[in-house]
Amino acid sequence: MPEVRASSLEEVQEAVRTYPRLRPKGGGSKPALSTPKDGEALLDLSGLRGILEYAPEEFVFTAYAGTPLKEIEETLRAHGQYLPFHPPLVEQGATLGGTVAAGLSGPMRERFGGLRDFILGVRFVDGEGRVVRGGGKVVKNAAGFPFHRLMVGSLGAFGVMVELSFKVFPYPRATRSLRVGFAKTEEALEALEGLRTLPLDLLALDLVPPATLEIRLGGFPESLEKRIQRLQDLLQREGEVLLEDEAHWEGVRNLAFLKESPIWVKVPSRPDLIPMLEGLPLGPRRYLAGGELLYAGLDPEGLQALRERAIPHLVLRGKADQPLHPPPPEAFFAPIKRALDPRGRFPLG
Amino acid sequence: MGFLEELKALFPPGRVLTREAELAPYESDALTAYRKRPLAVVLPERKAEVVEAVRLCHRHGVPFVARGSGTSLSGGSLPVEGGLVIALNRMNRILRLDPKARIAVVEPGVVNLEVSRAAAPYGLYYAPDPSSQPISTIGGNVAFNSGGAHCLKYGMTAGHVLALEVVTPEGEVVRLGGESLEGVGPDLAGFFVGTEGLLGVALEITLRLLPKPEAYHTLLAAYGSLEAAGNAVSQVIQSGLLPGAMEIMDRLAIEAAEAAVKAGYPQAEALLIVELEGPKEEVEEEAKLLAQVIQESGATEVRIAQSEAERQAIWKGRKAAFSAVGRLSPDYIVQDGVVPRSRLGEALKEIGRLSQEYGLRVANVFHAGDGNLHPLVLYDGKKPGELERAEELAGEILKLCVRLGGSLTGEHGIGVEKKGYMPEMFATEDLLAMERVKEALDPKGLANRGKVLPGYGQGPHPGEVYA
Repeated sequence: MPEVRASSLEEVQEAVRTYPRLRPKGGGSKPALSTPKDGEALLDLSGLRGILEYAPEEFVFTAYAGTPLKEIEETLRAHGQYLPFHPPLVEQGATLGGTVAAGLSGPMRERFGGLRDFILGVRFVDGEGRVVRGGGKVVKNAAGFPFHRLMVGSLGAFGVMVELSFKVFPYPRATRSLRVGFAKTEEALEALEGLRTLPLDLLALDLVPPATLEIRLGGFPESLEKRIQRLQDLLQREGEVLLEDEAHWEGVRNLAFLKESPIWVKVPSRPDLIPMLEGLPLGPRRYLAGGELLYAGLDPEGLQALRERAIPHLVLRGKADQPLHPPPPEAFFAPIKRALDPRGRFPLG
Repeated sequence: MGFLEELKALFPPGRVLTREAELAPYESDALTAYRKRPLAVVLPERKAEVVEAVRLCHRHGVPFVARGSGTSLSGGSLPVEGGLVIALNRMNRILRLDPKARIAVVEPGVVNLEVSRAAAPYGLYYAPDPSSQPISTIGGNVAFNSGGAHCLKYGMTAGHVLALEVVTPEGEVVRLGGESLEGVGPDLAGFFVGTEGLLGVALEITLRLLPKPEAYHTLLAAYGSLEAAGNAVSQVIQSGLLPGAMEIMDRLAIEAAEAAVKAGYPQAEALLIVELEGPKEEVEEEAKLLAQVIQESGATEVRIAQSEAERQAIWKGRKAAFSAVGRLSPDYIVQDGVVPRSRLGEALKEIGRLSQEYGLRVANVFHAGDGNLHPLVLYDGKKPGELERAEELAGEILKLCVRLGGSLTGEHGIGVEKKGYMPEMFATEDLLAMERVKEALDPKGLANRGKVLPGYGQGPHPGEVYA
């Protein structure tokens, strides 16, 4: 298996023109997506790193795609800012480009939205080695085809991302979390559904099966006490208040709860689907973002169950012939793929 | 059978318009400086009718333009001469509103504000709020990735569209996205939003709804200069606050708004509106910090809305500003370029200079929180050469925005109006990539021909849109 490293735009172009089939890899934190298949050359982008522009007062930064999220978050944190979609697998070395390609968000996506809500622009090398830019570097922009949004979840199908621009927000001054247990899944679900429709500005709202809710709040320390109290009243439960909650949520977003599982999957979920999903042999799991996002640890039987029921999912880690299920809709996807990657150098399609 | 005969066979009488007088209202959108006579207008009431119309166009090679209420300020729904207009206003049903799932499934002709009205009894709303929201349709909002005053915090339309059913220009019906906030695979729904009808027509749209904020704190501050108001915005951001909206109006815009709706605004060179929103306990704390920041920013007068009525009064002037400017001038062009927030001062200064140079007044109303300028270039279309001068001035402003690191459009789209400026913002290879995608999905170049892409798909008469 040939392996090539690219640390600049030119080297990416060179690699794309040289190898008929390429599998881009950043930090390798999602091996099911970055391990080359037969006939593919590995394109190691871990050297394509660094923050190119960051203007804290604009809430915008631009960085090379291979930049580890950890590095980006440290820089943002020094200015009291963060990536509000709270990307997972930071500890494992996830990069900005890999996170976009896989389309992953973490628990705090509940408050302001997911990755797709924060990506502003992209520069990528298409399947013919051409450099293409989409979007921009300002928080509001409606000019031209939004290639940046096309990259989200694309698994690299349309090109190798080189640069990405993102919107960021101020990090909450303080955070608190409330953990509340219920007797049954149905009760926890009912409480979750109630909270989702209320204007509570929750940073995170997770269901930990079978019947625990974990809720995170952010804001002024003076207001947080009152807001926690209000949550307790609403839920008619004291629960457990975590004053120092940072380490806990870092564990969650790094998917520490999947550690022992051979296969890691992302499943787009919804509260009304949870009872059905709970009936499957899924292993360790957690429903994030008000029940809209499931990360689960599986063995092959669990993966088989998802396939058999045609439940959309993405395998991040572990053996899977096709990590993405179902494939993208042919009538719209195929022409775009043909336009940007006519020789089929990149994954998918 | 010819195209028109087949079209008439597809639709009941009265829903295919071909007579001069019937076509006239569809000759332009809100950018009335451009007019084109379509061959016909169809008024579908169901998805299948839209699909059949698109397929018929594909078979006969007839270009088509889908439109809603025609509020595009960039000529995005300008017809193609001799083409078909698919007017979607009759497809205006909210098909499903599921408060538990926080989604609404709507037809493209649903008016934006209707979604929030329908969601209100459940404490939910649809966040994207272009100023045209009482009239513009969701289908058009999707085409242009519409914005509004709340984009910094809540993003644009793209983030709020979860799924789309689309008919491609070749007549294939495809579903993009899903009902969950999260998906797997390429975000094709996200990509479709903002492609201005060049890649197909949305037949059904699934929107995310949000809980309506519990409390608002709306502040109006007056300043002795535009620059001071602009600096105040930076100070608010630097304090770590994230307001739902921050809007600035200059003297000319204030005068116009006063003349039109008597909002009771203070006399000033510039007004800043800042609105905080969220849980009441949080807003209370934020308001204390905001008061301190605004005090230090040198505001000459500060008002805080004490009731919902006072809040609405503050917004009334702002929302009326565009139409109010009509009182100051027979005609005007609205631009909507974007600059990085920190360069707003520089941009406004240069706009002032250009205004002098061209001898045309420019009123400024803008979404200061996200750097989205709305310079209104005032002119009199009856005076020879004045429209051309106004367009040239507007063009200079767009180039300025790009030069400062911004964008040609924040929310109105490229349409026909700004496509000539696309090469200012995008390199040739970027534009060629857009063209390749367009060509792959629409080999005959029928869907909204002549828009967005400057060197492409101009039909049998190159340059016709500038004629």
